[in-house]
Amino acid sequence: MTSTMESCEKVHDIYLPEPATLLEIESLTAAEKFFRFRFDEPTEHTYLPGQFMEVCVPGIGEAPISITSSPTRSEDNTFEMVIRKVGNVTAALHAMEPGQKVGIRGPFGTTFPVDTAMKGSDLLFICGGIGLVPVRSAIDYVLDRRDEYGAINILFGTRTPEDRLFIEDLRSWRDRDDVTFIETVDNADTQGPIWAGPVGVITTLIPRLKVDPDRTTTIVCGPPIMYRFVLMELRKLSLPHDKIYLSLERRMKCGVGKCGHCQINGLYACQKGPVFKYSDIDSIKEAI
Amino acid sequence: MSMKKVDSTGLRNWVQFLIENHKVYGVQAKEDRFAFDPLEKASDLRLDYDVTILPPKKYLQPQREVLFKFDRQGRFESVMNDESFLILGVHPYDMVAITQMDEVFTRDNRDEHYLAYRDRATIIASDVQWPSKNVFAGCMGTATGEECTGHDILLTQLRDGSTLVEARTGKGEALLAGLKGAPAPDHLDLEARRDVWERNREGLRKHQLHMKPEDLPELLDRSYDHPVWEEKAQLCYSCGSCNVVCPTCYCFNVQDDFDWNMETGVRTRCWDGCMLSGFAKVAGNHDFRPVPASRYRHRYYRKGKYLHDMMGVIACVGCGRCITACTANIANPVEVYNRLLEEVS
Repeated sequence: MTSTMESCEKVHDIYLPEPATLLEIESLTAAEKFFRFRFDEPTEHTYLPGQFMEVCVPGIGEAPISITSSPTRSEDNTFEMVIRKVGNVTAALHAMEPGQKVGIRGPFGTTFPVDTAMKGSDLLFICGGIGLVPVRSAIDYVLDRRDEYGAINILFGTRTPEDRLFIEDLRSWRDRDDVTFIETVDNADTQGPIWAGPVGVITTLIPRLKVDPDRTTTIVCGPPIMYRFVLMELRKLSLPHDKIYLSLERRMKCGVGKCGHCQINGLYACQKGPVFKYSDIDSIKEAI
Repeated sequence: MSMKKVDSTGLRNWVQFLIENHKVYGVQAKEDRFAFDPLEKASDLRLDYDVTILPPKKYLQPQREVLFKFDRQGRFESVMNDESFLILGVHPYDMVAITQMDEVFTRDNRDEHYLAYRDRATIIASDVQWPSKNVFAGCMGTATGEECTGHDILLTQLRDGSTLVEARTGKGEALLAGLKGAPAPDHLDLEARRDVWERNREGLRKHQLHMKPEDLPELLDRSYDHPVWEEKAQLCYSCGSCNVVCPTCYCFNVQDDFDWNMETGVRTRCWDGCMLSGFAKVAGNHDFRPVPASRYRHRYYRKGKYLHDMMGVIACVGCGRCITACTANIANPVEVYNRLLEEVS
């Protein structure tokens, strides 16, 4: 009744993962771990900041995960992810050790416009929590080609000091003369590290910046609740909607525009997103 | 392409010939209703059915279907259908739905699993003999064999009890070899077939849509905040019955299962439905369509607008199955659309 592919003519099966090996795994916070993978077979896939992959743990399932490395820094066939433990697949990933196998499909979806709209622009990155994960790919990308972009502003907010990710990266961005980096925590009154920085939600950082609305391209990524408030604050800066890019999370089950789970009204987030230009979706009711 | 005219005995003998030479799924009685099932003998075939419980899409996108095998060492191997089969008795509205699914699974990224079934399917469509109690295909332009494509043969029973068998593809033509002795129809027979079509365009309207289907996307454009979504959805059980019986619902989920050895296993694709709670929920439990009203509206928009925006079709073919299947009696699209037409300026 059915046959395996060996007896069929060669076709491209959009649901078939490619094997990859876990090279490195490291805890970043209580809930998030850093992963570096390598495709077992040399792959022609190239990715750009903002895209995601479907990561499959055989026998457990598959989950869409953002890529956090920049293609400017990845060795051939490798890529990095940060994964929060929230479900079956991510729990299985957290339990893995280097050398273990996963399946990968992708990369899928749209990218931050690092080679188009962002070129020559001042840049404003606004990241909430693990929203930093995909944006880190874009930040590293533009820092590696620093002279091709204008001023760089990075705002980062987490709930508590313990939730901060990529602490080394944060320090290096803060230390650079050609980057303005400000971060905040919603609540500093925790058992964790002592926090001397700003306290408050991420929108409180926006008025601190001097932004030229005609020259600035803005990238926003964070939890669903964050977008409405950030956009309200960006309105005060008179930023045009076609210079704001939002990375939206949805249930991107198949990644190829078939399964229906990620639809934002009529748009498949896995194909038209996850990175959307705000002017393309500012009238779409389910978007934000 | 050729056409033959057969009497009921001739038709039965031909169906028997098909059964002996092919794997055939045909419409049969299932208690007081009808269903597509493997056809063992010609006398079981019921072309006088009103509507089947499930549409024939179950043979092209099965309820459960293995996509690939895997093992713990990271080996993945596609599993594809390689068996040819024949679906016998598909009504025109279901045929329209199948051609829409062909487009869905071919555009952008080709779904080779669907196509492995579709390419190996021979479809014999049949004009409707008995309208079902909730059909409105006449309003949707999907009532007759003249209005659909994608099938290999069309059967139309005439008033005198004879049946016209028309080949519409080379595959269909080859099957007509089993009807060598049967005569070609004359112009009176063709006129009689046109009468059947005319009668069905009028008869398959158990609910009357007060607009042209092509006006739906524009009407829905203006209806997003109408109270009907909330009102109807207050009674919704989120059971997904309307999804399951719909010939143009194709959303799916996947599931991994280990074999007993805990080393190898399979990934299975199964039907899913946008009316079920949690359909749009992401890890961490944020649900992008948390209430029944948001899911109920989404289903209507998907049928009447989103798929139209994507590929230019109205993804409701008027089969009426959702109306019959809905336990809360809220799923009549015609009622909702007519109300919007009246109340939305």
